[in-house]
Amino acid sequence: MKKLSKLLTTAAIATGLFAGAASAEDMRIALVVKALGIGFFEAAAKGAEEAASELGGVEIIYTGPTDTTAEGQIEVINSLIAQNVDAIAVSANDTDALVPTLKKAMQRGITVISWDSGVAEDGRQMHLNPSSNPLIGNMIIKLAADELPEGGEVAVLSATTTSTNQNIWIEEMNKVMGNYPGVEVVATVYGDDLADKSYREATGLMQSYPDLDAIIAPTSVGIVAAAQAVVDAGKVGQVNVTGLGLPSEMAGAIESGASKSFAIWNPIDLGYSATMIAYHLSKGDAVAEPGASIPMGRMGEVTLDETNSGAMADPFVYDASNIADFKDIF
Amino acid sequence: MTLLKSREAILVGAILLLLALVASRFPGFVTPSNLVAVFTDTAPLIILALGQMVVILTRSIDLSVAANLALTGMVCALINVAFPGVPVPVLVALALGLGALMGAINGFLVWKLTIPPIVVTLGTMTIFRGIIFLLTNGSWVNSHQMSSAFKAFPRENILGLPLLGWIAVIVTLILGLVMSRTTLGRAFFAVGGNPHAAVYTGINVGRTQFLAFVISGMLAGLTGYLWVARYAVAYVDIAGGFELDVVAACVIGGISIAGGVATVAGAVLGALFLGIIKNALPVIDVSPFWQLAISGAAIIIAVTFNSRAGRSKGRVILKSAEHAQ
Repeated sequence: MKKLSKLLTTAAIATGLFAGAASAEDMRIALVVKALGIGFFEAAAKGAEEAASELGGVEIIYTGPTDTTAEGQIEVINSLIAQNVDAIAVSANDTDALVPTLKKAMQRGITVISWDSGVAEDGRQMHLNPSSNPLIGNMIIKLAADELPEGGEVAVLSATTTSTNQNIWIEEMNKVMGNYPGVEVVATVYGDDLADKSYREATGLMQSYPDLDAIIAPTSVGIVAAAQAVVDAGKVGQVNVTGLGLPSEMAGAIESGASKSFAIWNPIDLGYSATMIAYHLSKGDAVAEPGASIPMGRMGEVTLDETNSGAMADPFVYDASNIADFKDIF
Repeated sequence: MTLLKSREAILVGAILLLLALVASRFPGFVTPSNLVAVFTDTAPLIILALGQMVVILTRSIDLSVAANLALTGMVCALINVAFPGVPVPVLVALALGLGALMGAINGFLVWKLTIPPIVVTLGTMTIFRGIIFLLTNGSWVNSHQMSSAFKAFPRENILGLPLLGWIAVIVTLILGLVMSRTTLGRAFFAVGGNPHAAVYTGINVGRTQFLAFVISGMLAGLTGYLWVARYAVAYVDIAGGFELDVVAACVIGGISIAGGVATVAGAVLGALFLGIIKNALPVIDVSPFWQLAISGAAIIIAVTFNSRAGRSKGRVILKSAEHAQ
């Protein structure tokens, strides 16, 4: 008896939810993340809700597996297909494993895009990168140069000599050095993404180049270690540490003044943009094809390349004014 | 004894030569303040090398020191975040205890189950790192979450040397006493030199190895807290691969990997040699692509010198056979 009443209550609540959540015309966009409970993705969901309320008539289904597996995501996507949602925007745990399931979704007329972590071309209509290599390369030198109106000496503290991402970013950075006259890159050193080696390399840089003005570390381990080295060397205010890092890890460095600013993609903007794109594609007022431009509300628009992928924006800059809002998010 | 003396004399010579070479390219390296900084930076390596020395002396090896360091460091950081009021001395005691416990697990497996030490510590190395992941789900403990007292402890400056450096000095003195003035210290040498003979003199070989692992673990735990406080960050991979540096320091210091031969001075000098190379490479403007090769070559050269100096001449026991040749 008890069981039955429980079952009935559950059914009643479920019906209530379905009835209350959305009227028939609402567009339902599913935001599928790598795993639930990760601050970065919770923030992206916040951005998606922002986009939904701006657009109106959109319901966001924020979902994902409990651990970061492709199997878990396939299960989640299958149930979304069964619910016949209008669009799926996924940050994939595996480039290829999700393709068959996502293909099935597209055959049923569901708009499928990937964002943050992409799916192979067959499995999505388009992919939204948080940023692009040229934008990142430009941003890391811009962060240092903005604090050096008179020019100065900067050094790069990278991960390992063979880290693909870091090497591409540094290469892109060197390409735009001409735009920052007076700023000179005096050295590039490698901390191997180890806290102790990065710390030692940063200390070495400050010894070898007594007039050093900034250390650019496009790696999350390196930037934290360099900031600590600057604090320990008593060079806060003389040497500015910048580059790519996470707000939760860099909050201490911003507080101590060792780092004036740093950058990383903003998950809120990312969730917002993915939702905007999914909305426009699903509505049919934009088409995902090479060279196409798709509007993203307040984030401008994204232009697709030959693989149907596009970059959202410059990395987002974090400094003393906004670090408190983000340090608990990711 | 004179043989051991000369072995260390060679190492001291090598270190001075190394310093001279570095100074010729970057004179600022040999200023007293920088040498203090280099010594402080090398302190964790010295402490760990001393622990490893005791283990290697008893014909074992402890590959889990870096993982032990990382786990203890993470536990200290997590406690500091959850209970910022816990005083640092309590945390240090806890780090020593937790490290010793992990060392005891290694020692127990080696002693009671007679599993080869390299296998035991390879296993526990992975387990300890895995436990950090379970504790944190891979997330970091960051500088702004730690209390300032927690971070300030190893940096406390006493008579010009940070506390981290003093701790290395104190550990060196204590181990120097233990190795030369206690029965336990002599037992380590006996077990490593000739385990069978050690048994006849009434030494329990397994128990001695167990105690060696406890000492090594305890020192790794202590270093764990110091490491996390110094770099103001704790995550799964801290000190990744550091166990190999520790073993390398011991080998450079003339500690025989086959057991039975070791000195406290050797371990300290070996660690210093490696620490100077690590600190000098960033400032002498060598291409990073060459750095690994240089650091490896320096190790091999040091070991070659050591083994040549340590090689005892064979004694002729059959005079008649010698004449016959």
